[in-house]
Amino acid sequence: MSEIVNERYELNKNLAQMLKGGVIMDVTSPKEAEIAEKAGAVAVMALQKVPADLRKEGKVARMADPKIILEIKSAVSIPVMAKVRIGHFVEAQILEALGIDYIDESEVLTPADEEHHIDKWKFKAAFVCGARDLGEALRRIQEGASMIRTKGEAGTGNVVEAVRHLRRINKQISYAASLSDDELYAYAKELGVSYELLKKTADLKRLPVVNFAAGGIATPADAALMMQLGADGVFVGSGIFKSKNPEKRARAIVMATAYYNDPKILAEISYDLGEEMEGIDLRNLSEHEFLSLRGN
Amino acid sequence: MKTIGVLAFQGGVIEHVKKIEELGAKPQLVKKEEDLKGLDGLILPGGESTTIGKFLIETGLKDHILKLIYEGMPVWGTCAGAILLSKNIKNQGSGVLPLLSIVIERNAYGSQLDSFKKEVFVPKFNIGTECVFIRAPRIVEVAEDVEVLAELETPIAVLQKNILATTFHPELTSQNYWHSFFVENVVK
Repeated sequence: MSEIVNERYELNKNLAQMLKGGVIMDVTSPKEAEIAEKAGAVAVMALQKVPADLRKEGKVARMADPKIILEIKSAVSIPVMAKVRIGHFVEAQILEALGIDYIDESEVLTPADEEHHIDKWKFKAAFVCGARDLGEALRRIQEGASMIRTKGEAGTGNVVEAVRHLRRINKQISYAASLSDDELYAYAKELGVSYELLKKTADLKRLPVVNFAAGGIATPADAALMMQLGADGVFVGSGIFKSKNPEKRARAIVMATAYYNDPKILAEISYDLGEEMEGIDLRNLSEHEFLSLRGN
Repeated sequence: MKTIGVLAFQGGVIEHVKKIEELGAKPQLVKKEEDLKGLDGLILPGGESTTIGKFLIETGLKDHILKLIYEGMPVWGTCAGAILLSKNIKNQGSGVLPLLSIVIERNAYGSQLDSFKKEVFVPKFNIGTECVFIRAPRIVEVAEDVEVLAELETPIAVLQKNILATTFHPELTSQNYWHSFFVENVVK
């Protein structure tokens, strides 16, 4: 890896570090972006439709129109992220040309490539990728992702998968940290990642990049739960603008992410928020409806 | 032992905490009024200035911190923290803790693609220090009684009495010059 690529990667990791403890919100219009910024979001994710709607429609979901992205970009001063399909490096080239702050190579959109993720080292832009377990997270980091988010199950308002993914990653890191070097070689092989990266993770006892929780977070309590489980921050997708009072809920989730360890404050924050988004019991989904199974 | 507070709503909190520990001082996370008790100095970290500013206002912490700085408590704002302390934000009014006599411009260098790292010579330390600029603001004007400690075309580190501000992130490097300067010289 050249020095310049390395320095760019460090800068991209640094931006994610500055987002820690914050909430990143999905928005589909400049107006929603302004609401998110006003509520205290640390960044917004610009997309054409939120996961709950993509899920209902079942059509091919692609990168948002640059018009929407640029309108959102000019509406706020916080960083703007946008999603590309897994493996769709041309959509990523377009977002980089638009000067987007972070690119999310996301399973929420319809994958463009079933075998390959984007070679993110080829880009100056920062990338965040989803992961369900340690192997997946480290494979994405190896490809150049400078931020990870747990996949959860987007657009369901059901936090169970996000919890599963974060607990699994934590457990696997503890396991890696307990291994001797020769055992680590075998574990690296099993996970399909390099020994060096796994060793670094085991030494740090955490992922070497910032890890946010995502997928199904709908309430302040959900956000605080993910923070107590060790997330560095949270993404909220459909949870805000699919609820009855987005302004109030957005603000409450921001507050809950900062005061995640204080049940008394959480109780105040959660009080009388109005109706939340409808949730989906994941037992009612068939396998092809699970977005988190896309990309590995 | 000096106790240095780090405003801990959001942003590069743990990075500052580690530096404070390395220097043998005691870090104190600040999220509530009672966390401000007994502080020898306070760091306002990088992060999103709109987000952190909102917390300061909504929790009422703003007034308590303003009073302490006014009474002489040393404070250091890095990046977003520098914006919060500015009396004038270009085209956007003032920071939430407007005590530092500068005009600052938010995201002055552009988007994340324009973030950069550069070594800058600091006359006061007689050494070059690594400066990491992440979607950084730019100080475009300083009042007469504001000391400019480092410059990269425009001032990037300034000191006015008990208020230190840097537009870059010393907490993201392996060096301790700026933290050591704050803890040893600004915090007395």
